[in-house]
Amino acid sequence: MEFLPYVWFVLIGVLWTGYLTLEGFDFGVGMLFTRLSRNPKERRVSLNTIGPHWDGNEVWLLTAGGATFAAFPEWYATMFSGMYLALFLILVLLIVRITALEWRGKINDERWRRRWDGIHTTSAWGVSILWGVAFANLVQGMEIEVLRITDAATQTFETVSANEIESATVAEAASFTHHLTGGFFSLLTPFTIVGGLVTLSLFLSHGAIFLALKTAGELQVRAEKYAARLSLVSLVITGAWALWAQLVYATSMWSWIPLIIAALCLVGAAVFAQRGDELRAFIANFVGIAAAVAFIFTAMFPYVMRSSINEAYSLSIEQATATGPTQIIMLVAALIFVPIVIGYSAWSYKVFAKRISVDDIPDTAAGLSRVMDDNRR
Amino acid sequence: MEALDLARWQFGITTVYHFILVPLTIGLAPLVAIMQTKWLRSGEEKWMRLAEFFGKILIINFALGVATGIVQEFQFGMNWSEYSRFVGDIFGAPLAFEALLAFFLESTFLGLWVFGRGRMSAKLNTLCIWLVAIGVNLSAYFILAANSFMQHPVGAIYNEETGRAELDGVGGFLEVLTNVKALAAISHVITASFMVAGTVVAGIAVWWMVRSTRRSIEGQPEMWRSAARFGAVTILISAGLVGLSGHWQGQLVYAQQPMKMASAEAQCHTEEGAPLSLIAIGDFTNDCENVLRILDIPFVTSFMATNHFTGPESEVAGVAEVQEFYQEQFAELHGEDYDYRPNLFVTYYSFRGMIGFMAFPVILALATLWKTRENRMWVSDRWATFAILTIPTPFIASNFGWIFTEMGRQPWVVAPNLENLDQPTATGVDRVMLLTDWGVSQVTSPGMVLGTLIGFTVLYLMLGIVWFLLVRRYTYEGINLTGGEAPQPDDENQPLSFVY
Repeated sequence: MEFLPYVWFVLIGVLWTGYLTLEGFDFGVGMLFTRLSRNPKERRVSLNTIGPHWDGNEVWLLTAGGATFAAFPEWYATMFSGMYLALFLILVLLIVRITALEWRGKINDERWRRRWDGIHTTSAWGVSILWGVAFANLVQGMEIEVLRITDAATQTFETVSANEIESATVAEAASFTHHLTGGFFSLLTPFTIVGGLVTLSLFLSHGAIFLALKTAGELQVRAEKYAARLSLVSLVITGAWALWAQLVYATSMWSWIPLIIAALCLVGAAVFAQRGDELRAFIANFVGIAAAVAFIFTAMFPYVMRSSINEAYSLSIEQATATGPTQIIMLVAALIFVPIVIGYSAWSYKVFAKRISVDDIPDTAAGLSRVMDDNRR
Repeated sequence: MEALDLARWQFGITTVYHFILVPLTIGLAPLVAIMQTKWLRSGEEKWMRLAEFFGKILIINFALGVATGIVQEFQFGMNWSEYSRFVGDIFGAPLAFEALLAFFLESTFLGLWVFGRGRMSAKLNTLCIWLVAIGVNLSAYFILAANSFMQHPVGAIYNEETGRAELDGVGGFLEVLTNVKALAAISHVITASFMVAGTVVAGIAVWWMVRSTRRSIEGQPEMWRSAARFGAVTILISAGLVGLSGHWQGQLVYAQQPMKMASAEAQCHTEEGAPLSLIAIGDFTNDCENVLRILDIPFVTSFMATNHFTGPESEVAGVAEVQEFYQEQFAELHGEDYDYRPNLFVTYYSFRGMIGFMAFPVILALATLWKTRENRMWVSDRWATFAILTIPTPFIASNFGWIFTEMGRQPWVVAPNLENLDQPTATGVDRVMLLTDWGVSQVTSPGMVLGTLIGFTVLYLMLGIVWFLLVRRYTYEGINLTGGEAPQPDDENQPLSFVY
């Protein structure tokens, strides 16, 4: 059963891949729709491309979170308490984005809709940058220390030195816990900020390609133009960041493989986008993002949280892992249910496969008027 | 204030808020599914209109429920990372199952239901809303299994070497899912949720029944009368089941968490034939010696706890004795003077709030069924007002129920399983427990927790106001029978007529 933690390390990567590839285009559409759509009907077209899907896409995040909690409690605890304020910001942005999406059409009033649209776009931009910063931190390493309890009653801790960790017995080592003590601003470095630009540019091009694929008419022509330009931008930024990551921070040579696959896919996406072949461009970009996630996970292997203070403080897969029974049960559930989920999600995409154009949008706007009619009052 | 207190406030506020939205979703999704099925089977348009109307309220509510639910999941890692380290092996699994088995189902099929009207057959569309209903109820099951582990841990062992609780083999997970505490909690929460949703349906319908009759809006009084009776029947059936499952819950809590029930009754000392207290006043600070119980019903507490009114078998533990018992039991671990008593005032009055507020929907339901019998219409402005005012009451009751459950568990975040205390230490089950003090994150400063506490509270408050205004606006609008056509099933090319 010694391989189980590694299987779960891969599976957590798969769950994040599901989240970033799928919600990635939701964020892209969110960032672009106020700019790309020239009139209210076009806005509705944009939003309706993701309307039936965004909620299901977001569940990949909840599954990744829950699975990390169960399969790697130490990772879950260290990461989310350490990245406290960053995660708070992400949660706030996700909350307002959901309500903006669902509520903008509930009242038929231009000011009401503009306000929610502004909130939606802003939160999509913010979240897109923050996810990149977070993942870049995993590759780069954070200010992680190993602490030990000195007084259980008052819950006082002290830092364990690197030498002590090496010479510790099993029982001693078990009483050590990893903590990210650097705080919010320690997470912002030039490397992680460029990492934020990577997800930002990838999601932008992903969203533009998705819009070009799902819409018809003038909006589609515009989306195609954006897709062509943005796919070049994301290729350059992602390529530069990945090389930086590989040459300076990666733990092994193996991460060259996903890096090269990602690069080829993003080149392919850019080429297809220039030609206006949206379906191929979308698939290439999709696989490109997946390979980029694989790169991040291979670049930090065999650690789940790397310490920038001292390699000995890094939290390894084996230190972070839950016990075998938990991982077996979850593995069985994942093997049965992930295919089922993918199955009905794919069906839902098929049901709404038709391109949407402004002709599909009724002239009457959605939602109730802001105030009551006098005769209904 | 310390980070611990602030983290507790944050968890309490976000949970209570989330639990305003959740019971409505759990109950309303199946009710909407039933309405749509009635339309499908009878072809009566009124049921389609009602399904659409309550469906809109469901969607407005669902959005905020999802949004606030994300916070609940990540808060364990953010504020309670030591707790997460201690029980992650066990507690994380139901959370992951919830996402994988329930959230995907409800989210995907809600999208299909809302956007798929007209793009798929009416039958398939109805199946979609049923899958949403199954999803939300399944998600309640997994989350309550996780919570019940905190109230009554089973299926776990304590690993001396790592100092963590671990799943007791693969079978341990089955024990977690079939925890008797979980089964009782699930029946109680789901039936209470139906009561919440039934009250929303009945409350709005009674109000509109009166309103549409007064204005002579054609076709409407009859439609709202059907909805009102549908809601009222839902209330009565679920109220009965809430009572039964509540009794089951109560007996389990007496056996498993005696301190919680003793505090709920402000009962200081162990006695036979213990009375039920209705009201109490006085000094509630920890010690119940200074609490004055002014209205008692003899023997009822003993009966609720043990099914015996008098005699040795009717003995119910008091706060002082349980405190002594815990102090003796855990002197080595926590010192001799540790206080195992929860906040007495909150525990006592949240228990009464939970039961007391449930009375209003029942009154509404009984009166509605009586006054609308044999095709009668009920036109009374006073009752219309009462119907609207009743809507918040089951929400309040449900939240008092949660506050009671969680506050009564203190000072434990994982309460000890009393059945395990006399087991040999070698198996380690007797150490599967954790004080709340020990569960809080070590790297988060009070300032950070305070900042996010204020952030979430302000954000939730603003969104809550919009949520309320939206639901109110849609309620005022009611159903417009003349506008729009009934949905045409299975027309691929018709314009998309939706929501954004």
